[in-house]
Formats: sequence, C-alpha cells, structure tokens
Amino acid sequence: MIVQVKLFAAARQLLDQDTVQLELPDGATVGVLRQALKQQFPPLGFLADRSLVAVGLQYAGDEVRLCHDQEIALIPPVSGG
Amino acid sequence: MYYLTYDPIDPAKVLDAVRSPLAGAVVLFLGTAREFTAGRKTQALLYDCYPQMAEQKLAELEETAVQRWPLVACCLVHRLGQLAIGEISVAVAVSAAHRRPAFEAGQWLIDTLKEVVPIWKQEHWADGTREWVHPGINRDQK
Repeated sequence: MIVQVKLFAAARQLLDQDTVQLELPDGATVGVLRQALKQQFPPLGFLADRSLVAVGLQYAGDEVRLCHDQEIALIPPVSGG
Repeated sequence: MYYLTYDPIDPAKVLDAVRSPLAGAVVLFLGTAREFTAGRKTQALLYDCYPQMAEQKLAELEETAVQRWPLVACCLVHRLGQLAIGEISVAVAVSAAHRRPAFEAGQWLIDTLKEVVPIWKQEHWADGTREWVHPGINRDQK
C-alpha cells in the first residue's frame, strides 16, 4: 500500500518537502513505517526515532496497524506554548 | 472554546470569553515571546502547527478539563505565524465558582498543551540563524 506522511517543523526542513510518499506492506504497523522512513529518507533518521506518529489525528504506538486511507503524520517533539 | 489565530491575541477578549455571573474566580495564563534563552538573544519567534490535529487536541484538553474540574468556562488560544518579542503566543483562561479548581485546571491545561498539541516554535536568533525547537533534541528548551 502507498501511504502519504505529513511532515512538520525540522522534519519538513530536513527534506524540504511537506509530505513524503512511501510504499509499505499491506497492514504494516507504525513501527514498520518508522523504519521505512529512516531507510528511505536518511536525513530524517535521528528525528524519526524521537518523533511520535499520528494516525487519524491521534498519536499512535508502534504496534498500530495502518490503512492506506488514513491521514498519517510524523510529529517531532512539540514546542508550542 | 479554543482557536488558533494568526492575529495578535487580545487578553481582554480571552477573559471576556470565560467571565460569568456563575464564576467567583477567573485565572488567565499568558505565554509571551521571551527575548533571551540561556543567554542567547532572540529576534522573533515563528509558530507553525498541524492545524486539524492541533484543533482536535485543544478540543480534547477542554473536554478533559471540564470533566475533571467544576469549571464554568475555558478558553484556549494559540497564536501562529511570526511574533515579535513580548507578544502573546498562548492564552489559557478558566473560570470556576472558586479559585482552587480555576488555578489547578489552568496549570494542567497549559502544561498539557505544551506536551501534546502539535505546534512548533522556530527561534529566529538575533545572529540571523533559525532553529526549530524540539525539546529533547536540540538544547533542552521548552
């Protein structure tokens, strides 16, 4: 399945793009996505390890399974306030 | 109520949003753009967010606060875009019949907002460099 991952802040700056597209095995988990992001976009590696992943606007653990039609985002440590 | 805005935050309006004849206590917290961080001078701050999720998280914060404390009203506002030193980046106002729940809820709301709402700050340092702030990754800034 093809998934789009939204990028923000330093992640967006590192790749100079606001979304990346990845091909993952059907039913892949958030953990698999995280590994794939690191492999296919090496500049993200350090940040990807320390970021959360949001699926459908909610933080999702590495065990959560993904579907192709979900909104997915990489959420680096937040700094609002 | 809660909202994200590119316009300056007017604290009087935030207070008006929570004042009520039912409230004997109103607490307001303002976060403001600070000029120095660990001795380094800031020229300006830029805030960006994941809009749909930031709104979702603000809604959840408000919902949780009104369940946990006997509040009359709650208002959360976060500024986006570029801010000059001294401008208000975030406002949290709560009202309650008595002061204790108002203080407790206000503290919990700003602490939790800073932990979970997907908003990011970019420091525009006075030396011309820019840096996204990611606590735990770059200098331990909050």
